[in-house]
Amino acid sequence: MSAIAERVKQIIVEKLGVEESEVTPEANFQNDLGADSLDTVELIMEFEKEFNLSIPDDQAENIGTVGQAVAYLEENVK
Amino acid sequence: MSFKRVVITGMGALTPVGNDVPTFWSNLVAGVSGAAPITRFDAEKFRTRFACEVKGLDVTNYIPRQEARKMDPFTQYAVIAADEAMKDAGFDADTLDLDKAGVIWGSGIGGLKTFEEEVMNYSENGRTPRFNPFFIPKMIVDSASGVLSIRYGFRGPNFITVSACASATNALIDAFNYIKLGLMNVCISGGSEAAVTIAGVGGFNALKALSERNDSPETASRPYDKDRDGFVLGEGGAAIILEELEHAKARGAKIYAEMIGAGMSSDAYHITAPHPEGLGAYIVMKNAVENAGIKPEEIDYINTHGTSTPIGDPQEIKAIEKFFGEHAYDLNISSTKSMTGHLLGGAGAIEAAACIMAIKDQVVPPTINHFTDDPEINPRLKLTFNKAEKRRVNIALSNTFGFGGHNASVVFKKYED
Repeated sequence: MSAIAERVKQIIVEKLGVEESEVTPEANFQNDLGADSLDTVELIMEFEKEFNLSIPDDQAENIGTVGQAVAYLEENVK
Repeated sequence: MSFKRVVITGMGALTPVGNDVPTFWSNLVAGVSGAAPITRFDAEKFRTRFACEVKGLDVTNYIPRQEARKMDPFTQYAVIAADEAMKDAGFDADTLDLDKAGVIWGSGIGGLKTFEEEVMNYSENGRTPRFNPFFIPKMIVDSASGVLSIRYGFRGPNFITVSACASATNALIDAFNYIKLGLMNVCISGGSEAAVTIAGVGGFNALKALSERNDSPETASRPYDKDRDGFVLGEGGAAIILEELEHAKARGAKIYAEMIGAGMSSDAYHITAPHPEGLGAYIVMKNAVENAGIKPEEIDYINTHGTSTPIGDPQEIKAIEKFFGEHAYDLNISSTKSMTGHLLGGAGAIEAAACIMAIKDQVVPPTINHFTDDPEINPRLKLTFNKAEKRRVNIALSNTFGFGGHNASVVFKKYED
């Protein structure tokens, strides 16, 4: 697992209060990890803070799963 | 239509002198101060560096961390106190009519800490401004009553009363009146506050409202003492379950006391200073006693607003002497803020709890930290200095006054069928 994926997993575990084993690439924040729409917005904010970047709203809308978040960050984190 | 009677069937408290009702009450009777140096933030450069904080609290022992972080501390305090009160009341979840169960809570400020954190950090390192999506729902003052209704499924009336330091008393009054009118059977009422924050302490310091006795926090809150120099900020809250009498009897509930009346008034004078002759304080006590349908001579104990400020304390005393006449020297008076500090919007809740316990145990908690008589305060008054007093407490009155000139008082009586 990449360093980015590991940090993403820790943020999700911390914010959503889920077990690490639940945080699989396919896991959807809302359908699988118990997040509501506000939790998802907060997660995006945490990614921005952790990785020091801005995720535009139209991009953020496409981040619904753990894997999508990791892929976006791996591509955009310098 | 006839009015319903309203009784108290459950209580919970989270205070600077105890994190549940039994501890809170035994420490009040023992005269324990809740004041200590501030731990909530680094107060080193503040004029006041102490407060009455809630102590030894691990919120996650009561609320799962994921839920707790979506609540400002004033809401966490509401939940912890309400959980105790609900358990104490012992409702049967299968038979309670949730549509006729309400939550009317009081808080003077709301999510001050949440507001501070978000505003101070919204644009860290020059980033695009970002606010947490939970900022508004955490901060708004009504979030406490909303969270409580969700927690217990109470679908009846639900709102927060805001009248500064009279807030929780106004909540109790609204709950009382709605039950009296038959609009609900049960209500979680009370109030909470969590203003021991940078802006809370700094703001009250700017008003010169707080005691600055940093070398002796535990003796700083000294209502009616000649050398009082301001109030001591407190935090926490209390939950009081109000229930329609027949509803309580039908389920065989334990009844602490009956709430028999309430009064409200306004000073119509100044946004922060009380009326110098205690006009609003006089009117509110008169209204409360009349509403209760009793004679002034029937009051045994007054839990005063008595915040320990130079100008606030004497005006309430003047009003008591004017309203009660000779009886002012027979009844007992105390300010439990000498121990708990001033919980602002939560004060009326913990002080109502103190009145109810005084009736239950027939003992008046003291006004601690009395060192020097104030020539402005009549020595004939029984201010219950320094030591609790055993006496008959059949009826007790609780006064609260808030910035804005709001006055609210409630009357509790020993329950008799």
